[in-house]
Amino acid sequence: MKDFIIPWDETDKGTPAKTGAPVTLTIDGFAVTVPEGTSVMRAASEAGIQVPKLCATDSIEAFGSCRLCVVEIEGRRGTPSSCTTPVADGMVVHTQSERVRRIRRGVMELYISDHPLDCLTCAANGDCELQDMAGVVGLRDVRYAPGENHFDVRQNGEANPRYTPKDESNPYFAYDPSKCIVCSRCVRACEEVQGTFALTIEGRGFDSRVSPGAGFDDFLSSDCVSCGACVQACPTGTLQEKSVIELGTPTRSVVTTCAYCGVGCSFRAEMNGDTLVRMVPAKGGKANRGHSCVKGRFAWGYANHRDRILNPMIRDHVDEPWREVSWDEALSFAARRLSAIQAEHGRRSIGVITSSRCTNEETFLVQKLARAVFMNNNTDTCARVCHSPTGYGLGQTFGTSAGTQDFDSVEQTDVVIVMGANPTDAHPVFASRLKKRLRAGAKLIVIDPRKIDLVKSNHIEAAHHLALRPGTNVAVVSALAHVIVTEGLADEAFIAERCDDESFADYVAFIRDPRHSPEAVEALTGVPAQELRAAARTFATGGNGAIYYGLGVTEHSQGSTTVMGIANLAMLTGNIGRPGVGVNPLRGQNNVQGSCDMGSFPHELPGYRHVKNGDVREIFERHWGVEIDPEPGLRITNMLDAAVDGSFRGIYIQGEDILQSDPDTRHVAAGLAAMDCVIVHDLFLNETANYAHVFLPGSTFLEKDGTFTNAERRINMVREVMKPKNGYADWEVTQALANAMGAGWHYSHPREIMAEIAATTPSFAGVSYELLDRMGSVQWPVNEEHPEGTPMMHVDGFVRGKGRFIVTEYVATDERTGPRFPLLLTTGRILSQYNVGAQTRRTDNVVWHDEDVLEIHPHDAEQRGVTDGAWVRLASRAGETTLRAKLTERVSPGVVYTTFHHPETQANVITTDYSDWATNCPEYKVTAVQVACSNGPSDWQEDYAAHAAKARRIEAAE
Amino acid sequence: MSPDKMVHMANQIAAFFKTQPGGGQAEKLAAHLNDFWEPRMRAQLIAHVAGGGAGLDALVLDAMDHLNAPAA
Repeated sequence: MKDFIIPWDETDKGTPAKTGAPVTLTIDGFAVTVPEGTSVMRAASEAGIQVPKLCATDSIEAFGSCRLCVVEIEGRRGTPSSCTTPVADGMVVHTQSERVRRIRRGVMELYISDHPLDCLTCAANGDCELQDMAGVVGLRDVRYAPGENHFDVRQNGEANPRYTPKDESNPYFAYDPSKCIVCSRCVRACEEVQGTFALTIEGRGFDSRVSPGAGFDDFLSSDCVSCGACVQACPTGTLQEKSVIELGTPTRSVVTTCAYCGVGCSFRAEMNGDTLVRMVPAKGGKANRGHSCVKGRFAWGYANHRDRILNPMIRDHVDEPWREVSWDEALSFAARRLSAIQAEHGRRSIGVITSSRCTNEETFLVQKLARAVFMNNNTDTCARVCHSPTGYGLGQTFGTSAGTQDFDSVEQTDVVIVMGANPTDAHPVFASRLKKRLRAGAKLIVIDPRKIDLVKSNHIEAAHHLALRPGTNVAVVSALAHVIVTEGLADEAFIAERCDDESFADYVAFIRDPRHSPEAVEALTGVPAQELRAAARTFATGGNGAIYYGLGVTEHSQGSTTVMGIANLAMLTGNIGRPGVGVNPLRGQNNVQGSCDMGSFPHELPGYRHVKNGDVREIFERHWGVEIDPEPGLRITNMLDAAVDGSFRGIYIQGEDILQSDPDTRHVAAGLAAMDCVIVHDLFLNETANYAHVFLPGSTFLEKDGTFTNAERRINMVREVMKPKNGYADWEVTQALANAMGAGWHYSHPREIMAEIAATTPSFAGVSYELLDRMGSVQWPVNEEHPEGTPMMHVDGFVRGKGRFIVTEYVATDERTGPRFPLLLTTGRILSQYNVGAQTRRTDNVVWHDEDVLEIHPHDAEQRGVTDGAWVRLASRAGETTLRAKLTERVSPGVVYTTFHHPETQANVITTDYSDWATNCPEYKVTAVQVACSNGPSDWQEDYAAHAAKARRIEAAE
Repeated sequence: MSPDKMVHMANQIAAFFKTQPGGGQAEKLAAHLNDFWEPRMRAQLIAHVAGGGAGLDALVLDAMDHLNAPAA
């Protein structure tokens, strides 16, 4: 096995890259040209000369504390530190001389005098910059006599007062103060890269120590979010991954893509043989630029969890225990059942659900299974329940179903709207990049019912927080547009050049009406009119304006209308088609974008082309040698309805847990229970598997080749870093199922599937694994016009030609509060957990969040006699559950909030079957509820737990 | 699907198209249903209308002339 050759330069150049006019200088006689503002250290590195350093690293600004990087510059006095000295034209630098050698040795000697010399048994042995620098500067002896230090546990027979024991409170890394050289790299990484400011240097002079939070805090109790940036920045073994302490330093690395959220961070999977030792964010990753969050960096232990199922299983009825069988037996059992259903109930009686967690190639095959083997269009994907309105709304207005920018764009934005999204929890690496820009002066407008962290946290504060009542998104967005139009703030030139005249005239006539004014809708939305007006002015006049939004926009009865309203806002203010602006949906899962691109929706073939179009069907019919059904298929909710009606009886679900993640759990359960063949293809016996007849074990993202497409349309490589523990990658399992039904597929590698995608889908025409290996990643469309991809969309014109304004009338949801259910429930995510928690619940991330809690305003709590931590009953017209209450002013009075990470809570028992008018995306974000004190689990929870335990039995091997 | 749910969904779609400027709302609504509603959903709607169309918005009823009847 050989290392994958990293497609970019990972050398630590010491200080960050700059942009500016070219400056030429001479370093050790070599001429080098770099942008103005670059440090001498970085310029030297560009010339291939590494100046010794300890406190500098190129993810953070220079600090100039270690003095190891001193150089001599002709015509300047003394020995300046190369990290803090900017280059100048004609500068002549010498990085080596007797004088600087002597200084560097002296510096190292001082450092080593207060550092334990246990290198051979240190976890950082071989991966330690202090060790490397001692070698580079030629340190041969330490002349200082043993004295006061921070590393001896005992001195002179007594406890050493300067010694601090290891802090092992964080489950993933240890902090060993005895090895610390106080370079402040961790403190600066926490500030500059992550933006959390959890770390500080406590004490002065020789007493200085790194400290998390206040004096009484350890890493776990501090503000630390466990992103790993400090561990990454630490040049010694002071901050060290526990996995490295346990398993040893890795010996090879493979670049791959994180399988959690839609940011799509690039990582180096660092391995010993086939054992994963650690995941390190890759500096060349264009989505994350070397940063990570607690999930991608640390929460990969689920891949080896004992709950993982590695053998196929079947059963005739769901009340029987599972029987482990061979792959052949499981697949022929499944194929037999599916074929029998079709023979009896027609070809449209079965379908598939593709996974937004699997690769593009796997998703493509699953929808192909429906269209070319089942011969129907009954394919849907979990994007149905999150971003389907984005597809519809942006398609109608701009002509394409995707975000307009890359993440780098945030570095050039001046005013940001974050609507219905909570990036610090759900898209943490993007949030760090956003916060960095906010600290540099960009303004922020938060539109969210909750006081999310971005509203106010360390060194950032939103200029405006429009804390709207759930369900009134359209009214708020229209009111913003009303202010912009009536106050003459619209970008008339942009609209005249780029947008459709007629639709704009209609829109202006509509939006000017005083009924859309902030004053008119204030009583409805709960947003003070003056605040809303001020926000509209800030956005329209503040420079580059960018809109980022999440599921708080889409998961409503008017989700699609809000997306169109957001597109209207961007067009009105001319914020499309250049860096720093745009409309940017933040995608929940790693491959939501990709699963949509790959034709997972029942009405669209890959590339967002409707199945009614004969010319599009013909392309696939030619490749697949079958006739494609011209009628749209069933969406997930429709499948479940049809199942209850008896006309839909078999389903193959790859990597999704609809029972836990989809709304109105009772309805989902009824639909699944009514089917004759439910095939679950997953890592674990998830909740849906309680109703399954066939279980096909899945493979993790570490065990297969393929691609994920992130929220910025970036196609990233996923690489097989170890062989599938279950024996087969997921695409192989789908192929085997198809072949068991007589398909005759013979893909031998995912690259062949990508070739088929490229051959059939214009926006992927130029994509190949060779291109991805060479470029690292590309953003679609990739075609003749854009052979290396398209970082920014709609630059010279919209994909549909002229941008189309759409009238967005507010229609109240039918989910209304009343005497029985007076509060509004809205749902979301937390940083440490991911979606239904199937992965993160099986990692140490549970130390941060081991149960879902109900956030309730103290006022509402007091009225109900609810105290902090008390069990409460949460009921809606759909069902009821119990969980613990958390009193907080993050939610407004009248609004309660919870997460849906834990199956015990069953938050979706509460949510209803209302959905977006255009796409059936469920209205998760608005449910009328009542909260009351409770003694413990509801009847449903007890029944469910009993049923789940019974459904998970596996027959003992004979 | 329960008739109530279907009626609710159809009326939601009508509520959007009713607010759109220009003519042809019924055609636009029917086009939406043709594009996104699977044949058995459209068949259920057609049957419901044949049975009196209780609860349906007038625009949905107007759209029926433009709805593609699914092949049996």
